[in-house]
Amino acid sequence: MSALMIRDLHKSYGGLEILAGINLEARTGEFIALVGPSGCGKSTLLAMIAGLETVTSGEIWIGDRLVNSVQPKDRDIAMVFQSYALYPTMTVRQNITFGMESRGVPKAEQAEAVKRVAALLQIEQLLKRKPGQLSGGQRQRVAMGRALVRDPKLFLFDEPLSNLDAKLRVDMRTEIKKLHHRVGKTTVYVTHDQVEAMTLASRIAVMNQGSVQQFDTPKRIYDRPTNMFVAGFMGSPAMNFIPARLTGSTSISVRAADGSDAALALAAPLPAGAPKDVVLGVRPEHIYRFTTDLKSRKPAVESMQAPVELVEPTGAETLAVLRLGDLEITGRFEPDDAPVMGETITLGIDMSRACLFDPATKALL
Amino acid sequence: MADIALNARHDPEAAAATRRYFWNRFLIYAVLTLFAVIYLAPLLVVVFNSLREQSDIARNGLISLPRSFRLDAWAEAWGTYCVSGTCEGMKRNFFNSLWMTIPATLISTLLGAMNGYVLSKWRFKGSEILFNLMLLGVFMPGQISLMPWAFLLGKLGLTNSTYGLVLIHVVQGISFTTLFCRNFYVSIPDDLIKAARIDGAGFWRIFRKIILPLSPPILIVTVIWQFTGIWNEYLFGVVFTSGQQQPITAALVALTAGGTTARAYDVMSAAVLIGALPPLLIYLFGGKYFVRGLTQGAIK
Repeated sequence: MSALMIRDLHKSYGGLEILAGINLEARTGEFIALVGPSGCGKSTLLAMIAGLETVTSGEIWIGDRLVNSVQPKDRDIAMVFQSYALYPTMTVRQNITFGMESRGVPKAEQAEAVKRVAALLQIEQLLKRKPGQLSGGQRQRVAMGRALVRDPKLFLFDEPLSNLDAKLRVDMRTEIKKLHHRVGKTTVYVTHDQVEAMTLASRIAVMNQGSVQQFDTPKRIYDRPTNMFVAGFMGSPAMNFIPARLTGSTSISVRAADGSDAALALAAPLPAGAPKDVVLGVRPEHIYRFTTDLKSRKPAVESMQAPVELVEPTGAETLAVLRLGDLEITGRFEPDDAPVMGETITLGIDMSRACLFDPATKALL
Repeated sequence: MADIALNARHDPEAAAATRRYFWNRFLIYAVLTLFAVIYLAPLLVVVFNSLREQSDIARNGLISLPRSFRLDAWAEAWGTYCVSGTCEGMKRNFFNSLWMTIPATLISTLLGAMNGYVLSKWRFKGSEILFNLMLLGVFMPGQISLMPWAFLLGKLGLTNSTYGLVLIHVVQGISFTTLFCRNFYVSIPDDLIKAARIDGAGFWRIFRKIILPLSPPILIVTVIWQFTGIWNEYLFGVVFTSGQQQPITAALVALTAGGTTARAYDVMSAAVLIGALPPLLIYLFGGKYFVRGLTQGAIK
């Protein structure tokens, strides 16, 4: 059974269309990430699921209930906000019990629930404090506690980690993942951070300009992005897009730095009717220094020459900017085996992992 | 570094700078003191006159240091002085003012808070226009509405009564209280309201449990503003009430217009001070909260 079902959802303000026909579905216990650049409509979508925004047209089902016109409080949801939205004049305990108070839950039951959640999130020692006396990470925990205490059908997270510093963000990301494993609640998680989406979600909906570009598992989204937007948005450094020409059913040619054409064999033949001009999409980690040993391990590797324009060591890996025709591409290398600036290396491109796009429609071929 | 500092000789430039600083300060404080004296002098004269004997005033003039001291004028002004036939002093008018100002202040502040809450957190189509229309009231002089009020109070049977003045001040004050509260509530994050709605709280529960507990800074501002404004208001009091129903500001005028006898400057001074005391006390005790409330946002 699906815990959340969204059918052909539209939202517009006046003449401005924010969401243009969203279809999504979350199975019970699933962790869905909505990811996309700012202004793509992901937060609006979440607010509509929560009932904080009205529906222009379409349907939202939570469990087996059509909730289009149901009040937020009656939707059986809990939400964690980017700003945490803790009630500033209340203590942590009062923040957590506010919802139960509103619903008239008996005091004894409230105390029991607070105890359970505080233990789960390790915030027992904070219960008497006010939000103003908490650090960012502690506020984040309390906000999650307030949501967890509800035991709702659906958890909604609106960029919950973006106000934390980099290190804490990674820690809390891990915590959220653990928490989800333990509690097993259906979760919809909005983020603009593709790493958060990749690490947390069982399925990701990549959104752009008010529509879902691709809704699939993190691996499928990363390996087989359905179009150039998804390919470019997911992954950092971004996928390289190299203009190429079809020279046969299984070969393409790309422009090398010296102006000559380099022929690359495709790992699989393109479908009939593919355009003559294509875009070759290669992730930085699928670019290697070419060796015969590499070729024997990965037979789909194709080679070509490229001068190294810039080298950026990050410690764990070294990024190299390489020249190809009149564009620059980025390769990701082992620090020990990294090219040096000024060198011209023989690249190995793993064509079995490469994607080909139609430059006109931007779609995956 | 330390050595250099220890060995430094007398530095003529530093000494000159210190001198310049001293004279600068001296000049600033001299000017400030002068203006403070100019500003405070009338108050001082009134205070002195309220404590002097009438004969002392008659002999040495209105503006003079006291050569006598007594509190009789205060007692007379409060309880026994005769104005147009009744010898009850300002007591009754003082309480008229109090019974007018307190309810009018509380009601207009509460309405302002509720208006501000709706206009900032429950916006609807046209709510901005409504707010701008309410703002017009801030710039409208009171005398414009004299005729409509005369008509309305007549219809309601509230002429020459404190209730009528309460009604007037509540309505006239809503523009200000709404403006204050709305602008304060705008700085409360909308996410708080959303979170509370998901938590199952409705319109009133959010107002009582989340908005009001955040409101003391701005409520203090509106209460001080309204109390002072309503207490000191004079026009409506003079126009719509008379005799025993008058608030103290209006009654003070009757005092000066009174009778054929020589002017009792000592009693008048005491009466004026009695009339000025409540706002003065409010300012003394609440002034710092007023500034704080105006400059501070809702969430630190």
